[in-house]
Amino acid sequence: METKYKIIAIVLIAVIVGGVGYILLSPPSSVILSGSGATFPVPLIDAMATEYGTVKPDVLVGYEGIGSGGGISALQAKTVDFAGSDAPLSAAEREITPNTLHIPETIGAVTVAYNIPNVATGLHLTGQIIADIFQGKITNWNDAAIQDINPDITLPDHAIVVAHRSDGSGTTFIFTGYLSVVSDDWANTAGLGQGKSVEWPVGLGGNGNSGVAQLVQDTEYCIGYVELAYALENNMSVAAIQNPAGNYVSPSLETTTEAVAGKAQQGLPAGDASWSDVNVLNAPGEQAYPIVSFTYLLVYKELKVIPGMTEAKATALVQFLWWVVHDGQQLGPDLEYAPLPSNVVQIDEASIQSITFNGQQLPTT
Amino acid sequence: MHWRLTGDNIFKTLATVLAASAAFILLVTAITLLNGSLPVFQRFGFSFFTGTQWQGNVIGSEVFGVLPYLLGTLVTSAIALLIGVPISLGIAIFLVEMAPKTLKVPVSFLVELLAAVPSVIYGLWGLFVLRFWVLNYIEKPISASLGWIPIFSGTPFGLDILTAGIILAIMIIPTVSSVTREVIQAVPNSIREGAYSIGATKWEVIRHWVLSYGRSGIFGAVILGLGRAVGETMAVTMVIGNSIGPKAVPTSLFNAGQTMSSLIANGYLEASPASLELPAFIAVGFTLLLLGLLINVVAHVMVTRVLKIKGGAVE
Repeated sequence: METKYKIIAIVLIAVIVGGVGYILLSPPSSVILSGSGATFPVPLIDAMATEYGTVKPDVLVGYEGIGSGGGISALQAKTVDFAGSDAPLSAAEREITPNTLHIPETIGAVTVAYNIPNVATGLHLTGQIIADIFQGKITNWNDAAIQDINPDITLPDHAIVVAHRSDGSGTTFIFTGYLSVVSDDWANTAGLGQGKSVEWPVGLGGNGNSGVAQLVQDTEYCIGYVELAYALENNMSVAAIQNPAGNYVSPSLETTTEAVAGKAQQGLPAGDASWSDVNVLNAPGEQAYPIVSFTYLLVYKELKVIPGMTEAKATALVQFLWWVVHDGQQLGPDLEYAPLPSNVVQIDEASIQSITFNGQQLPTT
Repeated sequence: MHWRLTGDNIFKTLATVLAASAAFILLVTAITLLNGSLPVFQRFGFSFFTGTQWQGNVIGSEVFGVLPYLLGTLVTSAIALLIGVPISLGIAIFLVEMAPKTLKVPVSFLVELLAAVPSVIYGLWGLFVLRFWVLNYIEKPISASLGWIPIFSGTPFGLDILTAGIILAIMIIPTVSSVTREVIQAVPNSIREGAYSIGATKWEVIRHWVLSYGRSGIFGAVILGLGRAVGETMAVTMVIGNSIGPKAVPTSLFNAGQTMSSLIANGYLEASPASLELPAFIAVGFTLLLLGLLINVVAHVMVTRVLKIKGGAVE
């Protein structure tokens, strides 16, 4: 019996000592940074948050993909520290979230995926043709306009089935932005133009990238638009699209980054200016893919406006953002996100350095 | 009548508060929805209910109309009733009037199990399996032979009003059949015995006495099924094709459409808080709530009637 009590006593002491030791030795109370918004960058931000945990173990970053609209609402209500959005803030949205900085965080590209039996690769398309297909003006695959630029392919005499997103999405915003740039008719028709959702004149709606991808893969003679990472991961047949230099360019991380670098050379606004007119569509560059866009982190320039913000938390946020646009970019390619070119990183640096708490600048490292 | 702190009184008060909370939640929901959609009703007035356009991208010149989705909801629900009600009636009649005891329990268990399947599962199955059955065995043959009839016009893809209606039919069967079973069971045996005694066949007994006696209750069951069909979101969104604007007006069974609930599910996440789009989605929700309330009030009236009958009163 005595040995039994001894064992129990030893176990108890070990538990107490271990518990006290754990409490004494564990890291000081951590800082929690929360964000919400666009779903497109969720895998990247999640990976960044996890990786950042090894760089700064006392900072926890949480991001909820609730949609850009929800992210902007949360930013307006000041219930998050930062928001994510695939589209820049509109003039009206800037009014409800005054003094917000746009920090391009990564780059999205939209592919035009198709399912034509016996044509697995090599389809060429121009912006005008894509716009006409999605507007219902070109309805057959062997339309002269498509056949003429695809001399090596015999296109079938079959009606085109159009697939589009049914949910509001940044992917649609990018894609319809491109259609508006290349087709005046698309841009000026009521209900079309650029938007997270438009009044599609033709086609079937699928929910999410997966929904459109599934429609394209399961429906012969179907064409749809799918976000780059999704198309690459699923080995979908995607069209090479003519860029302003006249080349037919296939979507890839390289052609996406080249597009953004080319556009950034022509100048981008400062972080605190309006970005509503910024687009990186139809960028110059021999091998620049034409349907490309930034996705943004949105953050208040003066962090004191957020209730409960402290200088320590503001500093942690600034340092996290700085890390996102530098070291964090290396996580992109593995997840099929194109990294920011250096000239965009410079713009981000200036924006992040301009963030203040109570008027005080904050250290970025 | 002095109120005293007894266990009975506490229990009574507690139960009253809990019962009132249901009404309170409904009231708060209605007020919140109405409040959120006020900007839309102020701007468009009644034309919100008659308009077909859904254009929210240019702030200042938004146009929103709920008509295509209201019609989409009604048409898909009607198809669901058309297909689902006869099947449910058959199940209920079989279980009460014909099934041997050894079959009664497992069959009713299986039917009720259908109700326990999450709607997203029906949606996935609809998208990956049912879609192609409907397309290849129903839509293509009909389209080839009867494509000139307007409601069968258009190229079928299997993601359309018809497929959505069929999915909904499957989903309302457990509700309709189990309530109908209760109703038929409530028909007093004396009615059946009387009918048999004057020489009626089984079919005649069921057709002329049992169903007739229970018809208001069965109607209540149908309305309950309708309520389920009208509000169903996930499965419908996955198979209805999700078209938007004037194109979504359900003119053909083989056209992609949209219901009110699928429209909300599709769009509200990305609706900009600075535009009228978010209030427009809330207004669709308010319209859906009104429709749902209407249906449930009717159902309640019908079911109350059948309960009275069960209590001994005769029509």
